Amino acid sequence: MWEQIRANRRKSVALVIVMAGILLIFGFVIGEAAAPGAGPGGVFLALIIWLIMSLISYFAGGAIMLSVSGARKIEKQDNPRLFNIVEEMQLASGLPKMPDVYVIDDHAPNAFATGRDPQHCAVAVTTGLLNICNRDELQGVIAHEMAHVKNRDVLLMIMVGVLMGTIVMLADGLLRAFFWGGGGRRRSRTSSSKGGQAQAVMLIVALLLAILAPIIAQLLYLAVSRKREYLADACGAQFTRYPEGLASALEKISASTHDLRRANRATAPMYIINPLKQEGMAAANLSSTHPPIDERVRILRGMGGGAGYNDYESAYRKVTGKAGILPSGALAGSQPAEARQAIDDKEALKSDVERVRETTDMLWKMKNYAFIPCACGVTLKVPPGFNRPEIKCPHCGTAHKTQAT
Amino acid sequence: MGGAVVLIVVVAAVIIALMVMGTYNGLVRLRNAVKNAWSQIDVQLKRRHDLIPNLVETAKGYMKHERETLEAVVKARNLAASARESGNVANSASAESQLSGAMANLFVVVERYPDLKANQNFLSLQEELTSTENKVSFARQFYNDSVMNFNNKIEMFPSNIVAGMFKFKAADFFEITEAAQREAPKVSFS
Repeated sequence: MWEQIRANRRKSVALVIVMAGILLIFGFVIGEAAAPGAGPGGVFLALIIWLIMSLISYFAGGAIMLSVSGARKIEKQDNPRLFNIVEEMQLASGLPKMPDVYVIDDHAPNAFATGRDPQHCAVAVTTGLLNICNRDELQGVIAHEMAHVKNRDVLLMIMVGVLMGTIVMLADGLLRAFFWGGGGRRRSRTSSSKGGQAQAVMLIVALLLAILAPIIAQLLYLAVSRKREYLADACGAQFTRYPEGLASALEKISASTHDLRRANRATAPMYIINPLKQEGMAAANLSSTHPPIDERVRILRGMGGGAGYNDYESAYRKVTGKAGILPSGALAGSQPAEARQAIDDKEALKSDVERVRETTDMLWKMKNYAFIPCACGVTLKVPPGFNRPEIKCPHCGTAHKTQAT
Repeated sequence: MGGAVVLIVVVAAVIIALMVMGTYNGLVRLRNAVKNAWSQIDVQLKRRHDLIPNLVETAKGYMKHERETLEAVVKARNLAASARESGNVANSASAESQLSGAMANLFVVVERYPDLKANQNFLSLQEELTSTENKVSFARQFYNDSVMNFNNKIEMFPSNIVAGMFKFKAADFFEITEAAQREAPKVSFS
């Protein structure tokens, strides 16, 4: 486990350095194109932008992500089942601290984890996910998310995302400046024709970079982020010892026709499944932050009764025909693990109706509605502003006292 | 000439000392990981032992004819609680697997009492207990992985030399006999 985190850290640092290199070269070229000798100034400017954005997202990224997605924190009594599952997975993954649990009121089933390190982490799930998943499936999803925290994937996403954002921003700015500021360049050419020529070359290089840099950065980023998804799946199987749970959850999530209302391109890579539905394009495979779901499911189902990293690795080879996906450090240090049986107790095998009721009740409670059970079996939900002393049951007509009295 | 030999010897000694130091620190880190993982199990076991009396109390009112089943649970729970307090990993493991068997029996019997199954208090206790059992087994998974790492390091060359020098002892696995846990409880509906 530690081997794997260390290997991840090395790769993350390498990726960040490469992308920072792209950014700085880009800054230099832009500077030179703007005025001869201003290259270092451009580098400096790029550095400052990068630094400020990194600091903001390092310290506030999690909070921003949670508030953008409309997530709300819950306590144990709001949803004991979800809370318990998160606690179970915290124990299985050996994370030092229980993550905060958030719920997003959205019919689209999805989930994500945030937090720069295990001390500052949170998991968020949508109510849609709570509605369709049984205990085993929910466990699989949470395990996948905890694996992202444990493997420091979230930190990588933050750092790389910021770099990518900065590169795209500079490229955008440059292209815009080119279209609007063409006149200024011509005037400077008259002052010294030699410097003007060098500057024109620089300008062409800058334009090329403005087009290429974002693409290169994105491809690098995608390759890494997809690898991390596979790794998180493997960890999820290892934590739960039940690959089928995650497999069937992924299937259910991808079969859903709901779109996540508050997801955008910036937050998409954080979710367990890409929340933005892609129109059937061949390029979708290359430009997606997530591996194709049917492939993930087939790998998880092909683990042949095992739940260890080695089982995942051989299933991956069989399904994709590629050499392998998991870091060798993880494979060497891993213990063989056998998959367990499905959880077989009545509480876990609740019907969909019961689950939906449980979730909606949770939402009512979070909005401070009071619950009054009636003898006829109906539960009255009283809104927080209700100030009459009595309320009648709409089913049987019995009068109940409210808390307003 | 003599100076070069001395230098080589000194450099070699320093390198060996550093290696011993690194290995020693690694062993201590792994041993602490094992200890920490055990305390996670311990917390969950204690929670389980605390929950069971409440559950039995709630069930008692509904299950007049199941005294034996309930008593078996209470007995197994007391045994497991005292095994936990003694701190012996192997004893604790076998007592826990017996307790799991008794609990499985109880939950099968509960199926015959719809009133009890509808009791809100009982339902939330059942969710807590189910989850606590899961937590025990997940904490056990992590504990056993930590023990495996630690024991491997103690037995493998060259760290075994350092482990022998400082008397590191291999840790016990927390094995729950699968037979007791998996065995389907026998129920007769006659």
